[in-house]
Amino acid sequence: MSTPHPEAPLLDADGLPLEVRHPGDEVLLAFTRAVRASGVPVTSDRSHGFLLAASLLDAGDREGVRLAGRATLCAGPDDLERHDEVFDAWFDPRGELPRQRDRAASNAPQVSQLPEKEPEAGEGSASDDDVIRAAASEVEILRHRDVATLEPLERARLEAMFASLPCRVPRRRTARHRAWHRGQVDASRTLRESLRRMGEPGRIAWRRRSSRPRRVVLLLDVSGSMSGYADALLRLAHRYVGATPPGASYGVEAFTVGTRLTRITRALASHRDPKKAIEAAGEVVPDWSGGTRLGESLQAFTDRWGAAGLARGAVVVICSDGWERGEVDVLEEQVARLSRYAHRVVWVNPHRGKAGYEPVQRGVQAVLPHVDDFLAGHSLATYAELVEVVARA
Amino acid sequence: MSVAPQVTPQVASVQELSARLEATGYVGDTSLATTAWLALAMQRPLLLEGEPGTGKTSLAESIAASLELPLVRLQCYEGIDATQALYDWDFPRQILHLRALEATGEKAASAQAAEEGLYDERFLLARPVLAALQQAPAVLLVDEVDRADDEFEAFLLEVLSTYQVTIPELGTIKAAVPPVVILTSNRTRDLHDALKRRCLYHWIDHPGLEREVAIVRSRAPEVSETLARQVVEVVQGLRQGGGLLKPPGVAETLDWARALQMLGTTDLDLEVAAQTVGALVKYREDTDRVQMALDRMLAA
Repeated sequence: MSTPHPEAPLLDADGLPLEVRHPGDEVLLAFTRAVRASGVPVTSDRSHGFLLAASLLDAGDREGVRLAGRATLCAGPDDLERHDEVFDAWFDPRGELPRQRDRAASNAPQVSQLPEKEPEAGEGSASDDDVIRAAASEVEILRHRDVATLEPLERARLEAMFASLPCRVPRRRTARHRAWHRGQVDASRTLRESLRRMGEPGRIAWRRRSSRPRRVVLLLDVSGSMSGYADALLRLAHRYVGATPPGASYGVEAFTVGTRLTRITRALASHRDPKKAIEAAGEVVPDWSGGTRLGESLQAFTDRWGAAGLARGAVVVICSDGWERGEVDVLEEQVARLSRYAHRVVWVNPHRGKAGYEPVQRGVQAVLPHVDDFLAGHSLATYAELVEVVARA
Repeated sequence: MSVAPQVTPQVASVQELSARLEATGYVGDTSLATTAWLALAMQRPLLLEGEPGTGKTSLAESIAASLELPLVRLQCYEGIDATQALYDWDFPRQILHLRALEATGEKAASAQAAEEGLYDERFLLARPVLAALQQAPAVLLVDEVDRADDEFEAFLLEVLSTYQVTIPELGTIKAAVPPVVILTSNRTRDLHDALKRRCLYHWIDHPGLEREVAIVRSRAPEVSETLARQVVEVVQGLRQGGGLLKPPGVAETLDWARALQMLGTTDLDLEVAAQTVGALVKYREDTDRVQMALDRMLAA
């Protein structure tokens, strides 16, 4: 990345000092690189389009260049925000030369915001576990252990076991028909075939409704009270997102809810390696282990994504302990609304599987009437159950 | 198809396009006019996204009207395929044609001619994309492209990159002038990057107070200035106040203003506002909230 530097001369690859004043094209091209570095997927043909647009609009005009960038480099509202941030940093409003930037700082690797989840040494490993350990295989025990209380070594083994979860997407019937050897008469195809024989009647063609994958939407609570389960839930989400081709109309979508709503589908789909994917997700989520405004986050989801069509006919999986600081009537209303859009709403509560659990949190009580399935979600075995419920939905 | 290529009406500058759009009654901001102008100048499709009711479709209509070009609209839906977007053969008419040949007692020697006669342009049903290519210069509006399947997107990409369609029985039909293509999406899903890369992107936001008043005045000139301003103030308050399941778009503002005008309202009061609130919000929960908000806003 060539960051133009107005004062100290930079050296190019051959060790020769670079021109201090860069030609306009170079400044603009370097800007597209900076936009890409900020996370907007800018390809070279997009950069090319940007240069063309900027030249059409007169590259000396700051506002024109900004609009050209918005039109050619961006592909969504999130991109627009990032673009404008980079633009303001790159083009100083007082002049045309880019502002001086600290190369070292801008190239420094981003530290992942994932919470450190080294569990407090074995506070939850009750004596019951030791009794079972004698009888069952270690793997089987691990399947039933609460993921929030695992030790680092066990955690690493369990993470490998996530790969064995059969994350299948449910299917639904579509409006479209496919040729089939029985079913309804396919009038237009029969007619077309007979036309091929100059109007002589022939074989009758049949058709049936085809089926397509149904969309699955995962809403993961990443607030403080869920921090022990966030990693496991993200792994599960990563498995699901990887189960469908990226960008497909039936693709699995994943969001985090906490104090605000964040879409992490892209971040999760960016890497095959779950560890890298979760780190990528960590970089886009601003509210790790924060407070909970579940109702408002759900509302944000339904307003911006759900009502537009993402939740229509979908299987919506909400992973949360229902711990709501605010009033629960917003939460109840939003879950009720979501349940009207969705084909099925599945609520996963990590505390449900624990002995002596009663759904006493007001949040959970409020939403239970609107939820189709209420599942536990604290161990690999319960996740396997969840996967099964989703696949059958 | 005409041989001499007609030239797309050249719009010299952003200001000119802006003025032309205004003349058709579309009130937009500079960034929108700039992006639209770029799309014309660079001959690239324009991808419009935004909340429902912010005027994505009507922008396409206005661009067509301002350039005095025909507008060809392709409404996308799930399961749409090439025969609904491109072309189809008119089977019943082809059969009718054969029967007519039979009835008039044509000789068997002309069987081949009869067969070839079946694949004539008069039996070709031009669906929107083909129609736009044939009528070029034209404006092709691909509405709600996010509703179509992703296979359809790939197909669209092919047409948009070459502006030509190949019909095996007839040959290749190429647009004399690339049509102005406008795609709209409600973001129910992410479009493929390949398609997005070909397009210029613009996000249409809800307009500010002054611009929305101007829109109401321009689209519904029968509504008085004072009423328009009152209506827009209330609607903007509702949008910002939040809490609505479906915040009203500009289309709803227009509906409401027209409804009030029809009832002979010159000054917005609580009673008549409460009666007509059905033009503004379409959910029962919202209706209750709007009633409360109206109490608050109009009392002040």
